[in-house]
Amino acid sequence: MTSLEPNPATGIGNTPADIDSVGQSVVASLKDIRKTYYMGALAVEVLHGISLDFYEGEYVSIMGPSGCGKSTLMNILGCLDKPTEGTYYLGGEDTSEMDDDELSTIRGARLGFIFQSYNLIQQLNVLENIEMPLFYQGYSEQDCHEIAMGLVERVGLDDRIDHKPFELSGGQQQRVAIARALAVDPLIILADEPTGNLDTKSGAEILDLFDELNQQGKTLIMITHSDELAERSPRWVRMLDGKVESDDRRNS
Amino acid sequence: MTDAILEPTVQPRRRPDRSKVRVGNRLVRFKKITQVGIKSIYSHGLRSLLTVLGIVIGVAAVIAMLAVSEGASFEAQQQFRDLGANNILLKSVKPAEVEESSNRGFGPPQAIVYGLTLADVETIRNSIPGISNVIASRIVKKNVWHLGRSMNTDVVGTAVDYPTSRNYNLRSGRFFSETEMRDHANVVVLSDEVANALFPIDNPLGLSIKIDSDYYNVIGIMESEDFSNLGQNQAGSSNAAPSRIYIPFTSSKSRFGETTTRQTAGGMERETVQLHEAIIQVDNQESVIEVGEIIEQILARRHKDIDYAIEIPLALLRQAEESALRDQIVAGAIAGISLLVGGIGIMNIMLASVTERTREIGIRRALGAKKRDIITQFLIEAVILSAVGGVIGVVLGIAIPFVISAFWGMTTIVTPVAPLLAFSISALIGVVFGIYPSMRAADMDPVEALRHE
Repeated sequence: MTSLEPNPATGIGNTPADIDSVGQSVVASLKDIRKTYYMGALAVEVLHGISLDFYEGEYVSIMGPSGCGKSTLMNILGCLDKPTEGTYYLGGEDTSEMDDDELSTIRGARLGFIFQSYNLIQQLNVLENIEMPLFYQGYSEQDCHEIAMGLVERVGLDDRIDHKPFELSGGQQQRVAIARALAVDPLIILADEPTGNLDTKSGAEILDLFDELNQQGKTLIMITHSDELAERSPRWVRMLDGKVESDDRRNS
Repeated sequence: MTDAILEPTVQPRRRPDRSKVRVGNRLVRFKKITQVGIKSIYSHGLRSLLTVLGIVIGVAAVIAMLAVSEGASFEAQQQFRDLGANNILLKSVKPAEVEESSNRGFGPPQAIVYGLTLADVETIRNSIPGISNVIASRIVKKNVWHLGRSMNTDVVGTAVDYPTSRNYNLRSGRFFSETEMRDHANVVVLSDEVANALFPIDNPLGLSIKIDSDYYNVIGIMESEDFSNLGQNQAGSSNAAPSRIYIPFTSSKSRFGETTTRQTAGGMERETVQLHEAIIQVDNQESVIEVGEIIEQILARRHKDIDYAIEIPLALLRQAEESALRDQIVAGAIAGISLLVGGIGIMNIMLASVTERTREIGIRRALGAKKRDIITQFLIEAVILSAVGGVIGVVLGIAIPFVISAFWGMTTIVTPVAPLLAFSISALIGVVFGIYPSMRAADMDPVEALRHE
């Protein structure tokens, strides 16, 4: 079967386990993830065994009240943090075995981050901010430039390429951040409260852009505390006290 | 179940072949990181300037101090070299005990007899091999006259090769000849100083000056001795290097005699000195110090009192070189400390920069920067700061000695080693003091760094 053929570009299909019963390929798989923080002698378990699979082309919202562990989960999904227990497969690779350098590489190559506070680098202009992940992946200067130019056009900021982040509105900054997240063509785009700092109108624009990206086949995972936003997406995972409370799909 | 579902809907864009890309773009990467460093230095203009200033001062101080001490030691060595590295200088010194005894007692003042004798010189010349020449001189203090002008000066009765033995040059005219020496001729060579004092307008050549009751024909003018404390012992004259004129040894002996009289507060003082100074030239520079020791032994045997002094310019030169080295080490150490302080300044600023840019570090880490990328970034920044400081410091360090020379007339020598050394040290300081802050930046937890406000 063709489905078992490994795809070296994405790592998808490297193991049969990546293919679920429905036939959609799994891009990220969390298996019984636990995370314990140690504060001196005190050990606090924040995640109590989370198992989730994310599929190619999915748009998933993860929601829950603050303190439910969704940020911790996000950090683990983003390979910024390692689980205390459990395994996390990203594109068929087991990240729990990776060292710091490999994690850096996988972050840069497989993941795109969108933050609540945009997190653009203030000294760099729009184009340079978008080029940055490409640069760390070792793309040539010319490729960096071409890709970044394409993306800046796509998010509608091609007249602002020389602007510094502080010269842009919040919505524009977030669009730069989205362009930056798309630069390396990641397996998953992780968005942490992407509209949290935006007014309703800019927020809606960003969410429209997310819908558009998802329609083009991008896999999106968005963290939010708003039910309204979560229910916009076809699948939403509700978390409570470090556990998955519900995992629903909209039947379209 | 179709291929369409299994195939990733998003086609990977020209994902470069890692292995090839890594090597090929290392330079581009380096260039980019450097640009980032320059940008961040630029965006903190004043802070960077102050940091650089520490290094500038350190580097400039190293170069300037070394140049000044190098110049001073060169000057000192030049003075000793002028005395002749192959020479041993002897001079007569009035012994303290003799002076006391002569002042006591009654009757007509008795002549004090002391100092080097012709016999000493002959013995030295005949008993030590390797001595090429001995130039003995008598120095008598006299008033010399030309028309209404007079001057008190040392009249040096000496040999024909005196100027060559001391590396002195004649400005005009000539020194006296063997014939004039044999004839006890009344000829004189003036030093610059005396010539200017007695003949402010005229060219003294061919004119004559008067000493006591005799007239001497001026045949040459010699440059003033800029360094000599030899032969100043005539009648206990001051330590200041006296102006000198030169007449043949034979003339000095027959005109002035060996006993000179001096008016003192208590009456007359007479002293008999055969030779006031002698220059002993040695063939081989290597044996100068050895010959000096033998001469000392010979003189010690021949003289009851220590009524002579021996000076070996080469030995003094060695001493000067040693003390010059010591000076340079001290100067270098002081300047080195200021460089160190500059380096600590860099470390301080880099630590501040790392803290201030914690968020940026977090972002870069999240977007795929490895620890080593972060280290490189901050290290390059530190090195740029110190290298810029180094370059400005080198320019200043070379300029300052010129200014010192121009305004204070001090000899300064900038050796090519000094700027090179100072610059390399400054670059090294950038690395050494940049490493710790860079490591701290790289070791930050990305999650923590991203949360940093």
